[in-house]
Amino acid sequence: MIRSRTFQLAVPALIVMALLPLGVDGYILGLLTLAYYYAVFAMSWDLLFGFAGEVNFGPSFLIGIGAYTAALLNHYWLWPIPACLVAGAFAAVIAGAVLAVPALRLTGPYFGLVTLVAVLLLQNMIVLFAGITGGEIGLDLPDVLSIDDNTNYYYALVFMTVSGAILFGLAQSPVGLILQASGQNATEAAALGFNVAKHKLAAFCISAFFSGLAGAMLIFYMGTASVGTVVDIAVGVNVIIAAVLGGRRTIIGAALGAIFLIGAGEILRPLGQLATFVVSAVALVVILFFPGGFMGRILQSGGRE
Amino acid sequence: MLALQILIDGFAISSLYALGATGFTLIFGVSGVLNLSHGAIMVVAAVIAWWVAGTFGAGAYLGALAGVAAALACAFFTYSVIVRPIQNSGAIPKEEKEIFVLTGTLLWGIMLQEAVAYLFTDNPKTVRPLVDGVVMILGVRTPWNEILTAALSWGAIGLLYLLVNRTRTGKSLLAASMNPRGLTLLGFEMSNIYVLVWAIYGILAGIAGVLLGAFLGVSSANAGTLTASAFSIVVLGGLGSVSGSLIAAYVVGYLETMTAYLVSPSIRTVPVLLLLVLVVYLRPQGLLGRR
Repeated sequence: MIRSRTFQLAVPALIVMALLPLGVDGYILGLLTLAYYYAVFAMSWDLLFGFAGEVNFGPSFLIGIGAYTAALLNHYWLWPIPACLVAGAFAAVIAGAVLAVPALRLTGPYFGLVTLVAVLLLQNMIVLFAGITGGEIGLDLPDVLSIDDNTNYYYALVFMTVSGAILFGLAQSPVGLILQASGQNATEAAALGFNVAKHKLAAFCISAFFSGLAGAMLIFYMGTASVGTVVDIAVGVNVIIAAVLGGRRTIIGAALGAIFLIGAGEILRPLGQLATFVVSAVALVVILFFPGGFMGRILQSGGRE
Repeated sequence: MLALQILIDGFAISSLYALGATGFTLIFGVSGVLNLSHGAIMVVAAVIAWWVAGTFGAGAYLGALAGVAAALACAFFTYSVIVRPIQNSGAIPKEEKEIFVLTGTLLWGIMLQEAVAYLFTDNPKTVRPLVDGVVMILGVRTPWNEILTAALSWGAIGLLYLLVNRTRTGKSLLAASMNPRGLTLLGFEMSNIYVLVWAIYGILAGIAGVLLGAFLGVSSANAGTLTASAFSIVVLGGLGSVSGSLIAAYVVGYLETMTAYLVSPSIRTVPVLLLLVLVVYLRPQGLLGRR
């Protein structure tokens, strides 16, 4: 069973990750904390792409809406963090539903463009209303999750594990199968009596929920919300690369890809400007030669695709 | 006076957009590929032209030629190393080839962009224009270069039109965009057609890049914006429709210029984005697209 194999790999990995703070310094923990939030971004994206078959070029639209909603509420009205997180997640769900409307009517490149435009518009709006949103510089937050590296690390780890488990469980459930069917052949899935529109809408809302929540958590970890960290196209590109690199349609692979991407970026930091070049080149090689990604490779060597 | 200024500047910018988008839509029409490294290839052309003309002192013409050659080389590389292997790969399911081509060309575009930034820094570079001097058109100071930009863009588009509609090779391109299988049955080798279309694309993108570099200046950081604007124009005009792209290029060019002059340069792209969302919702096939 693919499921048991994934579990066999995931459980020891999680145990190692949970024990890491005992032996690793704060800097690396901080890096991993960031990577875990990215992992949630990538897993939510994989639910949409791998299962619902929707190419969302703008994951950072959902992330950004969640993050900025939380940031504005915290900055101006001093809402407590949990309330901001909930508000951010729900704002993202609404944004996801708005994004889903064209997705139900458009296909392929058209939908891709709408999502791309959504990000560009959001970015323009934030910069345009810089007086309120802080613009390019960002919006500082009065509250942070914690100032302790270990606590932050565990927040992120638990958040990633729970989100990952829910998304993975959903993907393996009958709902996931219906999504997969409607992604591959919507007409046939509808002919079999499944409500394609309803399932896709649900996929969008779930993906948006986790993206928005992760975006909001990320800014409370960083203590500031800025375009460069949660809205920029580059953020979305990284999320997509992470998900494809890790192996699409595996959910867990997306998390693996995100951790790899952040780690590789850090290891290659001495290369300076060339780091992005090398990371992109590695990702390109993986896509060209191992289209199943890391997770596809691991699962395949176990005898199953 | 201001209206005339907008009219002239808008025309030059729109011609450039039209040229850039023509190649992009040609590739999509013939081989169904959306090349997300488009902007980066234009940047490479401009920066190589600037480098050869400036550092080597080879002169503006030789520089422009080198820029176009560089774009051609990049286009070939994009096709043979990234697009073709993905399209021929047996390991990638058919319905996912599109996202793989998109991701692959996107990564390749980032690599080109980073390479340019590393080798030549990401400062904006202005390519030496082919002609100097200004001319007064009804009281508006217009650089000759701006007129040349529009003329060369239209010259290149005109040549492409003649090629596609008047020559046998060109007609095979047109046929490939309509019915690839029929063309194969008639004994045409599709791979030859793809190589040809990528060669045409490389030249068009190269010319557009060099002209853009001479007109506005180009930095490696522009690559993403250039791709996004070509993508928007092509979708606005209707994917695969060249005449649609030409019209859309003028809509976008004038809308941007008017916003920049009349409202504020900082929101230059916003009306275009809104228009795009509106068009995609109301008429997803674009202005002149077929469904």
